[in-house]
Amino acid sequence: MPFVDPKSQQRAYDVIVVGSGAAGGQTAYTLCMEGARVLMLEAGRRYQPESETPMFQTPDLAPLGGVGTPQKPFGFYDATVDGGWQVPGEPYVRTTEDHGGRFDWWRARMLGGRTNHWGRISLRNGPYDFKPRSRDGLGFDWPIRYEEVAPYYDKVELLIGVYGSSEGLENTPNSPPGCLLLAPKPIVSDYLIAKGAKHLGIPTIPGHRAVLTQALDSRSNPQRIHPGNEKAQRILAADMASRAPCLWATPCGRGCSIRANYQSTTVHLPPALATGNLDITTDAMVYEVTLGADGHATGVSFVDRTTGKHEHASARVVVLAASACESARILLNSRSTHFPDGLANSSGKVGRYLMDTVGSDVTGQVPLLESLPPLNEDAADGHQLYTPWWLYQEQRAGKLGFARGYHIEFGGGKRMPGPGTGSGLEWLTGGSYGRKFKEEVRRYYGSFVYFSGRGEMIPNENSYCEIDPGGVKDKFGIPVLRFHWQFSEHETRQAAHMQRTFGEIIEAMGGKPQKIETDGAKAIAPGGLIIHEVGGAIMGADPKVSVTNGWCQTWDVPNLFITDGAVFPSNADKNPTLTIMAIAWRAADHILASLRRKEL
Amino acid sequence: MDRRTTIKWMLAASAAWPAWRGAVGQGAHGTALLRPPASPGYGTDPDLVTPHKRGEFWPLTLSAEQRRLAAVLSDLIIPADEHSPSASAVGVVEFIDEWMSAPYPRQQRDRPVVLAGFTWLDAEGARRGAKGFAELDAATQTAICDSICDASRATPERREAANFFALYRDLTADAFYSSPAGRKDLGYIGNVPLTSFDGAPPELLKRLNLI
Repeated sequence: MPFVDPKSQQRAYDVIVVGSGAAGGQTAYTLCMEGARVLMLEAGRRYQPESETPMFQTPDLAPLGGVGTPQKPFGFYDATVDGGWQVPGEPYVRTTEDHGGRFDWWRARMLGGRTNHWGRISLRNGPYDFKPRSRDGLGFDWPIRYEEVAPYYDKVELLIGVYGSSEGLENTPNSPPGCLLLAPKPIVSDYLIAKGAKHLGIPTIPGHRAVLTQALDSRSNPQRIHPGNEKAQRILAADMASRAPCLWATPCGRGCSIRANYQSTTVHLPPALATGNLDITTDAMVYEVTLGADGHATGVSFVDRTTGKHEHASARVVVLAASACESARILLNSRSTHFPDGLANSSGKVGRYLMDTVGSDVTGQVPLLESLPPLNEDAADGHQLYTPWWLYQEQRAGKLGFARGYHIEFGGGKRMPGPGTGSGLEWLTGGSYGRKFKEEVRRYYGSFVYFSGRGEMIPNENSYCEIDPGGVKDKFGIPVLRFHWQFSEHETRQAAHMQRTFGEIIEAMGGKPQKIETDGAKAIAPGGLIIHEVGGAIMGADPKVSVTNGWCQTWDVPNLFITDGAVFPSNADKNPTLTIMAIAWRAADHILASLRRKEL
Repeated sequence: MDRRTTIKWMLAASAAWPAWRGAVGQGAHGTALLRPPASPGYGTDPDLVTPHKRGEFWPLTLSAEQRRLAAVLSDLIIPADEHSPSASAVGVVEFIDEWMSAPYPRQQRDRPVVLAGFTWLDAEGARRGAKGFAELDAATQTAICDSICDASRATPERREAANFFALYRDLTADAFYSSPAGRKDLGYIGNVPLTSFDGAPPELLKRLNLI
């Protein structure tokens, strides 16, 4: 089965999966490999990384040197199609434009969604991260433990390919042997950052990213992933063997035509399609889950973007994997006499407890890195090393003034020159121009280091989305979301701590930070800017205060599941994508078992 | 600098030299061109694989006279030396023209600043008896640049001109270091496929006391 238009869809799907990114890709992959018949609906267009990825293209061949514009916010060569902070014809509303209260919503309208351009950082949540409320009384616990998710982290790592190492640090889980690929070797600035950090008692360890630094083991991994399922093993082995390892050049955010990193389009969808069990309809903008008289979901309604027609598809099970806020929007727009406030919303919690990642960055300039000889430091596009949260003890003792941790992503090196390489240097050059300016650009090129803090935000009552009460609709006539946002002092103090810490590391390297912002409210990136938004349909142990159970199954509608970030009841500092895939796989296993038992 | 401030500054600059008063609003760098012609831009789904030419997505708008001034100024900022050619020799003027003609907010903010800067430079040239800045001798051009190259040291009446110069230097550098010649100037040797990645060379790490 293949790409189909609405007319060619069959009438007897087991499962409809709405969305084709990390959650939708993983859900459909697991279901199809184990024999379920799946219809995937994607709002954006079909996208083919093998032919559409600008590998090796240089900035001089792009308009404006490739810098970001509202039409391509992450730069011209970024993989995102028809996406960004604003999508033409698909508005959203927010209650304020202020720094502390605004929320910016990133979307991508393309097959594979945001997995085509993401940073590929793939960190496991640790045991603490599933039970945060039990530890400090704030936010919510997950109804599942790390030990229940760990086997799925293993499988995801074996499937998509993640480099990294097992260091045995607190709340920073090890992976079983064979799960992780070798981490790339550090570059000069990594050694210097590690030395400066060590001086301050801050650890640095190999990063974890979904990039093939070596070929995956296409003999052993398929057996570990699909024990007892020979067909799945055969399909996966063939597909895995056709993925090339990294060629140590060209940024991952453009996508990868040789399939050396994880994108849903290059990793999840090809083997799922090869099973013959997957149909994909692109340009299908889902806006409603339809409900039968028996209280079960019957399917979904969508607009075919190519014809403008409203269509319906049915299946025994419906899975929303449209991204946290889009899944919440679909639920809130699915109103009926049973569910006047939106489907699966008897708790009133749909749209509630949106979280992003706390983000704050500092740039530094380091004399020791000036005027180094030519070096190829493209590596696997950065993140050779990182710093996991290290102050658990101080936090427990109440010494920090904020309850949750952050990790540090850092980088440097002689990256491909382009816009930004020689500009904004007045703070170092005093405004030189002419021959002296050229000498100074040569001197400073490669001498900069960049630190990004990525920290946990605690869910709160003031960060949520709802259907816009003002009645704004998108170009399809679908009511849009209105966002409310607020950080607490746990987040702003954490951002200030990031700034101070990064300044100290840069100074320990003998360098100079460009600017340190000690006011956390100013230092923190506005909501949504880190593009780690989760929550909006959180899982829990109590149907009165959560939307799904630990299997991502909605309490109210037994054959309706949500497998994206919407179900996260907390947003650990670890980037959410790996966890999204792990819980989606786990949910898909539950769906398969229920289908086999005829419970769904 | 917002558009209103820019226009005020342009008026002030020209008011100081009555011969230039008439230029503002209709002259070569005048307010009539503060906004480029409307364009939809390259859209949200452009072809990323095919190389693009300047002017392909929106028309270039600088006049021949403006491009000449742009070239002179870019080459004062990035002249040819033993490592690489000058800015104008590697397409910087075309980059800046594309930038100033683009339909996006950042570029539209930059456009009046640059046009006002051009007007100010030509006014300085006229004050010294030349037709414009481009016609001045190199020593005089350098003396003018020296007075505006560092916004933190510029006199209050030259502060706006210094802000313009900082922006123009950034645009020149952005364009130059995006070019093949700029990459070569900096000794960039990446963006090539490798079969393995060796990391930092041990001898360099030793020299830097990092191992």
